[in-house]
Amino acid sequence: MTNVRYTKDHEWISVDDDVATVGITDYAQSQLGDIVFVEVPEGGKSVSKGVEAAVVESVKAASEVYAPATGTVTEGNGALGDAPDTVNTDPAGEGWFFKMTLADAAEIDGLMDQAAYDTYLKELDA
Amino acid sequence: MPYTAPAEVPLTTTPLDALHRTLGGKMVTFAGYSMPVQFPLGVLREHLHTRKAAGLFDVSHMGQADLVGDNIAVALEELVPGELLALKPGRIRYTQLLNENGGIVDDLMVARPVNGASDRLHLVVNAARKDKDYALIKSILNGRMILERKDTHALLALQGPKAAGVLATFDSGCTEMPFMSFRPVMLAGADCVVSRCGYTGEDGFEISIPTASAAAFAQELIDHPDVEPIGLGARDSLRLESGLCLYGHDLDEDTSPIEADLTWSIGKRRRAEGGFPGDERILRELNEGPPRQRVGLKPLGRAPAREGTIIETPEGQAVGAVTSGGFGPSVGGPVAMGYVAKTYAASGTCLHLIVRGKAMEAEVVAMPFFPHRYFRGVQ
Repeated sequence: MTNVRYTKDHEWISVDDDVATVGITDYAQSQLGDIVFVEVPEGGKSVSKGVEAAVVESVKAASEVYAPATGTVTEGNGALGDAPDTVNTDPAGEGWFFKMTLADAAEIDGLMDQAAYDTYLKELDA
Repeated sequence: MPYTAPAEVPLTTTPLDALHRTLGGKMVTFAGYSMPVQFPLGVLREHLHTRKAAGLFDVSHMGQADLVGDNIAVALEELVPGELLALKPGRIRYTQLLNENGGIVDDLMVARPVNGASDRLHLVVNAARKDKDYALIKSILNGRMILERKDTHALLALQGPKAAGVLATFDSGCTEMPFMSFRPVMLAGADCVVSRCGYTGEDGFEISIPTASAAAFAQELIDHPDVEPIGLGARDSLRLESGLCLYGHDLDEDTSPIEADLTWSIGKRRRAEGGFPGDERILRELNEGPPRQRVGLKPLGRAPAREGTIIETPEGQAVGAVTSGGFGPSVGGPVAMGYVAKTYAASGTCLHLIVRGKAMEAEVVAMPFFPHRYFRGVQ
């Protein structure tokens, strides 16, 4: 069963058995605007919760993408190199950044679920 | 982000503020003004639209002023290296206000009245620098001139290959105007001044219009199918692709016009005679070459190199820093400009840009990155 969780920095992490996929939310891509460059980590890289793991750049500025959990990257989404705008058009799908294994599967329980994230977004816009 | 100002600066709005909000502008603080950084179209499409059709920019935050006094061009030449005596009526010149060390206090446009009057010059200066500029002018030219701030006027920029066609529906004479000329025109029932200039590298106009008429006329322009409202984000990417300097980033009080590669803007007579602040340094740099120079940098990869990025030789020696950098939508890749030691300023030189700790290959290239398309007159 897939379990999708969200960070306050607008990353999503989707956990399916042993593998988690990480990306940025639709809200994040809309705030960034047109994405022109993405740098994703390569397989084998260790990432730590809350620490920069990838970079996303719009015409205006560069932003960091933080790892929602601690673990090891298994694969970066190389397709974003030639088509960074995929993050704008399909942030929750083809626009994923990297896949990773979790050091502690329970770590994501501390992140927001869909309902909590929706409430969080409403508070941000208020 | 270059769009923030110190919090203690009181926020000022332009006469187009309500229109920006109606149009869905995302407002940010720039030089103490609340300005739209982008509209719903987004920076990338706003940029491309301006290159393809016409974009309307609110540049009312810039400082418009008149200098009034006997032989005012002679007086102002004490502060700038531009040739002002030979400036023809109805013509505009780009120059720089200098400090006593030849550093750039601001870059500005100077225009001579259409009637050829020798006692008046029109100025347009940068928003963040206007108070400093006006104080400097007053301190040096005290008693010889009066500075009239034209805070009564908004400034609109209509830029792009279709700008002339659009403006011609209001003012048929505008199509004949050569680049860097201006003339008074009645627009929307108001006394306006239309200048054929801008800061996008495209053909286009700047329209000085009384504040009370500005929003309604801007709305009329936007109602034209070729025109979209454009924010500061695209204004920045357009001027960067065009190799044009942004004060406070590519120009500052330590940098001379020669270092900034603005030698073209210094008149022949001024080069021979000097007579402007820091002339000793500037003429020496003209003859011997400056210690460092502003250059275009084309990253070979896809990663943009932002302002502050350190520039190194392939051997790892630091030789300069990026002063403006980002993604060029019309170039389709990253572009940057920065200052490097003179030895490394030649086109074709391979350098490294240190982005997030990694060395990215880049080449020194001639600017602009995207060709200027100014209207030089009927060929």
